[in-house]
Order: sequence, then C-alpha cells, then structure tokens
Amino acid sequence: MKILLSILREMANIPADPEVVATALTDLGLAVEEMDIVGTPVPGVVTARINRMEKHPEAAKVTRCFVDAGDGEERHVWCGATNMQPGDVVPLATLGTKMPNGMDIARRGILGIDSEGMLCSEVELGLSDESSGLLILPKDSPLGVSPFEVLGIEHDVVFDLDLTRNRADCWGHLGVARDLAAHFGVPLNGPRIDVGTRGADKSLPVVIDAEENCASFSVSYISGVTVGPSPRWVASRLAHLGMRSINNVVDASNLVMLETNQPNHAYDAEVVSSFRVRLATAGEKLTTLDGQERSLNTEDLLICNGADNSGVGLAGVMGDLHSEITDTTTALAVESAWFSPDPIRYSAIRHGLRSEASVRFERGTDPNAWGLAAERFVTILRETCPSATLHAGATLVRTAHCPQPIPVDVSVDAIERKLGIRIDANRIVSILSGIGFAPTVKGDIVSSVVPTWRPDCSEAVDIIEEVARHFGYDNIGKRLPNSTVHGRLSNMQQRRRTLRRVLVGLGLDEAMPSPFLASGDLSNVGLTEDNVLLLANPLVADESILRTSLRPGLLRSLRYNQSHRAPRVGLWEIGHVYPKSDTQLPNESEQLAIVVAGGDAETALTQWNAICDALSVGAQLDQSRIPAGLHATRSATLARGKKVIGVVGEIDPVVLDVLGIEGRVSILELDLSTLLNEEPKPVQARDINRFPSSDIDLAFVLPESVPATNLQRALRQAAGKRLVSIDLFDVYRGKGVAEGSRSVAFRLRLQEDGGTLTDAILAEVQKACVAAGEKAGATIRA
Amino acid sequence: MASASIPEKDQLAAALAEGLASIASSSSSDDLRALMSALAGKKGAIAGVKASLGKVADIEARKELGQAVNEALTALQNAADARSRELRAGEFASQVQADRVDMTELAMSANASRRRGRMHLVTQAMERLEDVFIGLGFQIAEGPEVETDFYNFEALNMPPSHPARSMWDTLFIESDEPGSVVLRTHTSPVQIRVMQEWPPPIYAVMPGRVFRKETPDATHMPVFHQIEGLVIDRGITFADLAGTIESFTKAFFGEGFTSRLRPSYFPFTEPSAEFDIRGQDGSWIELGGCGMVHPHVLRAGGLDPNEWSGFAFGFGVDRMAKERHGVNDIRDMYSDDIRFTEQFS
Repeated sequence: MKILLSILREMANIPADPEVVATALTDLGLAVEEMDIVGTPVPGVVTARINRMEKHPEAAKVTRCFVDAGDGEERHVWCGATNMQPGDVVPLATLGTKMPNGMDIARRGILGIDSEGMLCSEVELGLSDESSGLLILPKDSPLGVSPFEVLGIEHDVVFDLDLTRNRADCWGHLGVARDLAAHFGVPLNGPRIDVGTRGADKSLPVVIDAEENCASFSVSYISGVTVGPSPRWVASRLAHLGMRSINNVVDASNLVMLETNQPNHAYDAEVVSSFRVRLATAGEKLTTLDGQERSLNTEDLLICNGADNSGVGLAGVMGDLHSEITDTTTALAVESAWFSPDPIRYSAIRHGLRSEASVRFERGTDPNAWGLAAERFVTILRETCPSATLHAGATLVRTAHCPQPIPVDVSVDAIERKLGIRIDANRIVSILSGIGFAPTVKGDIVSSVVPTWRPDCSEAVDIIEEVARHFGYDNIGKRLPNSTVHGRLSNMQQRRRTLRRVLVGLGLDEAMPSPFLASGDLSNVGLTEDNVLLLANPLVADESILRTSLRPGLLRSLRYNQSHRAPRVGLWEIGHVYPKSDTQLPNESEQLAIVVAGGDAETALTQWNAICDALSVGAQLDQSRIPAGLHATRSATLARGKKVIGVVGEIDPVVLDVLGIEGRVSILELDLSTLLNEEPKPVQARDINRFPSSDIDLAFVLPESVPATNLQRALRQAAGKRLVSIDLFDVYRGKGVAEGSRSVAFRLRLQEDGGTLTDAILAEVQKACVAAGEKAGATIRA
Repeated sequence: MASASIPEKDQLAAALAEGLASIASSSSSDDLRALMSALAGKKGAIAGVKASLGKVADIEARKELGQAVNEALTALQNAADARSRELRAGEFASQVQADRVDMTELAMSANASRRRGRMHLVTQAMERLEDVFIGLGFQIAEGPEVETDFYNFEALNMPPSHPARSMWDTLFIESDEPGSVVLRTHTSPVQIRVMQEWPPPIYAVMPGRVFRKETPDATHMPVFHQIEGLVIDRGITFADLAGTIESFTKAFFGEGFTSRLRPSYFPFTEPSAEFDIRGQDGSWIELGGCGMVHPHVLRAGGLDPNEWSGFAFGFGVDRMAKERHGVNDIRDMYSDDIRFTEQFS
C-alpha cells in the first residue's frame, strides 16, 4: 500500500522528516517496506523550446535539435527521440547537470558536432518507470525554468506499507493519518474540504434488492461539471501512488478513494439517474472497464441503471465499460456504497479481477465515509471546474445489515493483566480518543465505541491491543514468567537424538527428500499404492502423492548422487509417512530408513546391531518373510512376534534395475514410533566374576536351510547359567564341507559363579552342547 | 696374606679378561645373550674353574678361588647388563628410525577411509534451538503433519471462510469432505493439541515440518520447518513474552544481541507482534511472529481465559540454517547432493 507524505501532512500536522514518520509507522505496526523520495527537482534541467530540427545525412537514428532555453541563445543538441516537433517545449539538461541515474551531462559529440546538453524523458528525470520519448511540456510553458515547477510536480515521499490483514482502515491515507496524529499527539484534520455553495436538493432514487450484500448505498448529485484534464498536483499524486491520470472526474474519484478509503464511482447523471442493486442472473453479461466481457452468476452483485435494470457495474469490483462518463458529461451521480466483504472477495477471485475497489471492500470499508468522500470529490473537482456544485439531499439507503458502532468495555485491571504494566485510566482515555474510540470512564471500566472504520475491533482484547500499540510495545517492559516447569527432552526425543548420533557415527549422511511422490514411485520400489493419500491441489502432478515409505525418496537421492560421480553414498532419513487410515487423519508415523550404495546385507545388519546396542532394543530376524521390494534371499523382516518393526537386507536387483542404480544397495527400515517410545530399564550391574574362565570351541557342519541363529540358541540353552558369551568366530564353505552346508564355529566362554570350573564340568557342558547342536540339525566336526 | 699362586687363579683371570673383552665387542642383544650363556654357562671357562675347585687342596686357597669365581661371574653379568643397555638403546633407536611414517600421508588416508556422517543443516539448527529452549525451561511437543481444518485454522480463530486464511497458501488432501484435511501450514496446530493434552502450566516449543503451496526458489520451499513456542500459565503478560523473546535472543545469538517487538497481526494472538533482533552491526532483522494467545484460541484448547493466559511465538528454522552457513540457494539444502552435505561437519 503506497502512502504519500504530502497527503498525510495535509490531514494532520505530523513531522516533515520522513525518517521520523517511517519509525512511527513501524512502531504502530504499519511496517514500512520501502521509502522512496520522489519528484526531486534535478538542478540544471530547464524548459527549452525546439526552434528547428535537422537530420544529418550520416546519422539516421538521431535528430539535431536547435533549442532556446529562454536566454536568447540557440543551443544545439543531438536527440535520439522521435516524438517531438519544432515548437515543442521540452526539458533540457544543460552541461554539467548530474542526472538522477548518476550520469553527468558533458559536451559530447557525434560526427564531430558537439551536443550542448540532453533533452530528457520522464524516466531520465526520475518521474516515471517508463516513457516513450521526450517529456513534452505545455506549449505556453515559460522557458529556462525547472520543468518540475511547470508541471507542479511535488517533491514527495512515498511509503510502501506492508499492511496486516486487520488494518482495513489503512488502505486510505485517512486511517494512516489518524494513527500518526494520535501517535504524535496532534489533531486529525482530515482531507481539506471546500464544497462552496451547495445546490438545491437532488435525490436520485435507489432500490436495494440484495440487502445482505449491499448494506448501504449513497448517491450524491454534482452539477456544473466540465470534463477535462486534472490539475498537475492531482496527476502527480496519482502517479506517485501508482495510478494513471485519466481526466478530472475519474482522477477525483480515484484520489478520494486513496485518501478516504471509500471506493466510489461517478456516473453520468443524464444516463444513470436511478439505481437498483441486485444479484446478477445466471449467465448475465457485463463488459467491465478493462474491455472484457464477463459472464456472471447469481452470487455476483450488480449495480444497475434503475431505468432499465441493466448492469452498470460489477459491484465493488469494476464499472461497466459502456457507462463511463464522456467528454460531454455535465452532471454526475457519485455512488458510494458499503458491500459485504466476503461476496466481493469471491466475485473478485471468480473473475480474476482484483481491483483497487475490491481489495478495499473485501477488507471492510466504513459505511459512514460516503459523505466525506462526496465533499472531497467536489473539492478536488472545483479546482478544474469552479462551477461544480454538490447538491443537498444526497440519497442514502441503508439495510439492517449495515455495520454499527460497537460499544466495548474493558477494565484498567484487565489491561494490566494482559500487558503486565499499569497504564492509568487517563492515559488509556487519551489513547482511545486519539483514534476515535470515544472512550468514557466509570470506576475501573473504560467504555469505548468502536468506530465503523475499524471492522477488526469488536471485543475487549481488541481494545487492549489498540492501547498497547499506542502506548508503545517498547514501553511495556520485559520480564520472565515464574515458571515451575522444567525444561527437558522426553525419553522419545532423547532416544531420537541418540539414534541420530549412531547414524552419523556409522558415517551416514542425513537426507531430506521431498515427501511428495509421483504416481509409480512406490510401485517402482515394489510397494503398494493402494493406501496413499492424494493432494487435492498439488504444485505439480509429479508431487501429488503423500509418501507411505521413505524408500522411494532416499533411493532417488542415492541415484542422483550416483549420476553425479558419487557412487558410494550412505543416506538416512528420519521422517513421517502418511498411509491412509479409516479415520479422518492418516496413520502417520515416524520412520527411519538407511540406504547404502555398494552396501550389502551385512552392512544393513551392522547398522541394525549398532542401533540395537545404542537403544537397547531387539527383534527377531525372520528370513522366511521377504519384505516387499527387497532382495529375496538377502533380506529379513524384523519382527516381534506378529508385529513387524522393520526390514533389513538389500534392495531387490529388479528394483535397482528399474531405478537405474548400479551395484548392490543395502537397506534398513525401522518403525521409530515403536522403537523410540520404548523406555528400557537401566541395566543392573553384576559383580565382576574373578574366578578363571575357560573357552570351548565347537565347530559344526550346518545345512544352509537351518538359520545359524537356531544353532546358537540351542548352544546357549545347553551351556546354561555358566555361559558368559558365545561368539561365531569362523564360517567356512568349500572343500571338506558337503555342498549345501557350511561349517560354523562358536567359541563359548564359561565361568563358574563362586569357584573354579572343573574339567569334569567342562566336559559335561561340551557334551550337552554337542548333543543340542545335533538336535538343532548340525553335526559336530571331527 | 697372599695366598699361593695356583694355576686355576690364572685361568680364571684369563677367562674373565677374555669374557669381558668379548662382551665389550658383542654387536647385538642376541649375540650378547648367546655369548653370556657361553661365558657363564655350564660349559664356560669359568664353570671349568669352578668345577676344579674340589681339586684345590688348600682350604684357604679354595675359599679364595671360590670367591674369585663368584666375583668373576658378577663382573661378567654387570658388564653384560651394561653392554645390553647400550645395545638396546641403539637397537630401539634404529627400530624407531625404521618405523618412520609420513603422518600427513596417514592423515589423508585415514580421512579418506571413514568420515563421520552429517546431520542435515535443518536438523542441526533444530537441535541447537531445542537445546536453548530446554535451557530456558521449555519442553518439546510434536504433532502430526497432516492436520484437520479444525486444528490448522478453525481452532486458531479462523472460522471457515475467514479471510486471514489466505495468509497461507494451503495444500489440501483429497477427502470425502473437500478442504477438511490439510498439510499443516504452520506448527501452530500443535498449540491446540498441547493445550488439549497437557495440563497447564505449559512451557513448550513445537518444532516441525510445515507445508505451503509455493513454487521452490532460492528462498522458498514448499516443505520447510518452523519452531513454535507456547506458554500457558496463570498471570502471563505481554511483558513476559517480551522478556522471554529477549532471553532467547541472548541465549541463542549471544549476549551482544537484543530484541524488540513491533505491532503486527495474526488471527490467533492478540496483541500480536513481529519480533526483530539486532546484533553488533546495529541493524534490525525480522525473525518471527508472536503475541498473547487469543482468548478464542484458549477456549478452543479447552482452557478458561479467565484462569489461564499465555503467549506464543514462532519462526522459520530453514532461514536460520541458511544464514548461519551462508547458503545462497535454499534448494541446495534439500538437494541431498553429497557435494553439498559433506561440507558441514
């Protein structure tokens, strides 16, 4: 939202220093995004008349202009523009001028003929962002003076405000000026009003059919109008605020909106002399001012000519092209209405037409600003047509839905309880009067009446915020709560951190791929797409599925690195997956996945063992259940009884081929919502057993069909309470061992609890172990 | 009283002299060890003299000779020990010389073989933030990333069709009731869940992943991270909010930093503020939003605004990571490109 300092200073006697004003605006919550000084005269640039023009036979693209800058001396200037003619008055930057863009005007020549200055465009003078040639000044302009003076261009400051959604009132200068006036403690004068003598009563008939959508509609009649150009200051201010000057009537309408936040529309009173406001019929057509024919529906609100009920404006959004005022218009019907915000917003969205009017209506305008708007309209218009007359008896139709001032009480204590500082009643009253909240005090209670220009305020907390804002957030002070809560990580959070450290300790890098998948991403890695959630409005079609597994994303990142000369990456991710559930929200859970390019089943098991160790967890390796998408003979499900807590092994080579990944890839996936939430009890210490221990080495031939863990379990049981540890220390396949079997050798360390092991006991244990091994399907090696 | 000169004595002296000479000239510990077993062993010359002791008739002379034999053995052993020390010193010195490695070369090969993994920059930033908040007495709450309209908007004082909903570009989930399930646009829904589930007083921060329908560019991602704080207690005021923000600023950024609050607007807090921080260079940088929890939000969380009051604050984590490490394009942080990741130890 662009705000001009000159307009603010007309409305209230606030400081002239733009920095001071900018700081105040920021302190009030009207954040200044940018502050631009505009219309600064360029010393050395003067008006000059083009006496004659010549072409040079060898320089087709430039023209020789001979100009008179009022000192009777003819200067020669080369000029690249084409829009000028002899007799035109144009800006001349004389030698030695420093242009706003930093360029120095020096004597330069083409074909040996010097140029004594430069003829300027609006862009070169810093007056506009674009121009299509020289700035042509009025023919009767005095020569040798600043063109800024001739044009009435005011030196000004533009504040670009980043307005918050609540401050509807600050879409007009008046709202900003009100806040600043209160801040600086000066009276708010509002826009200058001089309507002259009012004309006789003239009320144009108005009928409102859509009482909810249009709660207030006013029409003011202005006669004695001559349509023509605007005064320069009007055009200049509009330009600074980003609007184009059209003519004195349209410009007055626009400037009034920018100043008072009251969108308004001027109709030719000869053409539209009565109004009807109704909802459009389905398929009704209207050609808006931008030349587009729009097809309406029954939620669009139309302003219609009362004479034939035909649309003359899409209410609150844009006027009708055919109802514009013309050069011959002499009387105006100036309409100012209050429209319900939501329908205007939907209309604007539906028609892709956010206009200056619609952005204001959809935030909420003041139903009581119409009178001021009409008076200001005439005041501006009278500068170019002194005969313009505002007639008494303006029409004002209101419905039951028109916003009313809202009484709100708040206690001085409540303000202190909210802010943490005692502000005395007088100060509160002074703040609230400054912004028009009409406060009165009775005991501890301050009663306000929220004015209709503040649709954001309706309850006590809103009043407290206004008090805080104008008291100054910086003045409230800082202190700390007296908390009885102790800061800590939960068990789960602590374990997640432990896990992260284990993973980086294993040399694995954390990845964070997108949680959005394309159709096919899951099936390509061997997983089902039956239970996915879809985005209703994805950014792109390839990101329309919410992941149910971390695997596709991690494998994509792995492949990306392989294709960028990093063939052996190890990546992990801890993140959420979102499989569909029977309830409104998905079965969201936290998962861990690790993939290592070039890793194999042993890599994944090493990671699993490290995690088990660090988190004191475990699970059975069930190789009889092949997890989907994993290598059929090099993978296992991690299970606890029937509950699956993860998978471990290698990615199916078919999947790798589909994804274009080279070599083996190890994978470990764990359901962290289970593992991290466990809270293992602290291990209880055992006294060190200082009696000597003995080892028994046992080598068995074990068929490939029997899992090694079966043999280990059998030995563990057979060894009984004397077993300290059992380690697999050798595995051998090949000569001397039958095809389909392998030799596995375990070392059992045994220790007696309270004495030295006797040879007899050792022999007994060994015998029991051999027997147990044979029972588990193994044969002791000779 | 000189004893009679007997031939054994001369033999002993000669053997000793010869032995000492060969010890002195021994060239390695191994040689010396072999030499000593020869000299002092059962077949050595001194042992020979010792064996002939019985043949010496004169008791005095025998005694004298026996003593001399012992002395000779001791002398040999002492000489051998001394020589051994000399030899070992030399041998260790040459062994150490032979052991020489180029430590810089080893450093390189050690590096190449195994480096520690990296945590994502956002995870690193998140852990640092969590640690600071834990130090300030906060606990950590988490919530789902797929949320209902109720938690993401309605409970946060944005009833259906509230215009402020347009402050967030929302990604919606397809459902039987269109618009009822969203990818959370902020971590604020966790506020409501915490209010419903934790008995007050509540001092919690809520880190997490959030989603917006935004096309990725150098400073925006559709998936990014926030951390949100919520305090609910008796008698909590705006001054407590300002003080907590100040404490956080100093704890996280350093004692030289300070903070300020500026009026702003969020539907779920009132009064609302933006908070800015200022470092040594004196310029203010906008960090996040905050405010007093709106009474409507307290009620949605099941708390009575007449008994409990509180404040909330929140800010983006990705930008912090980005600025700490001078990352020019935030998309690099989410590329999973090892060339990017491995820079950050």
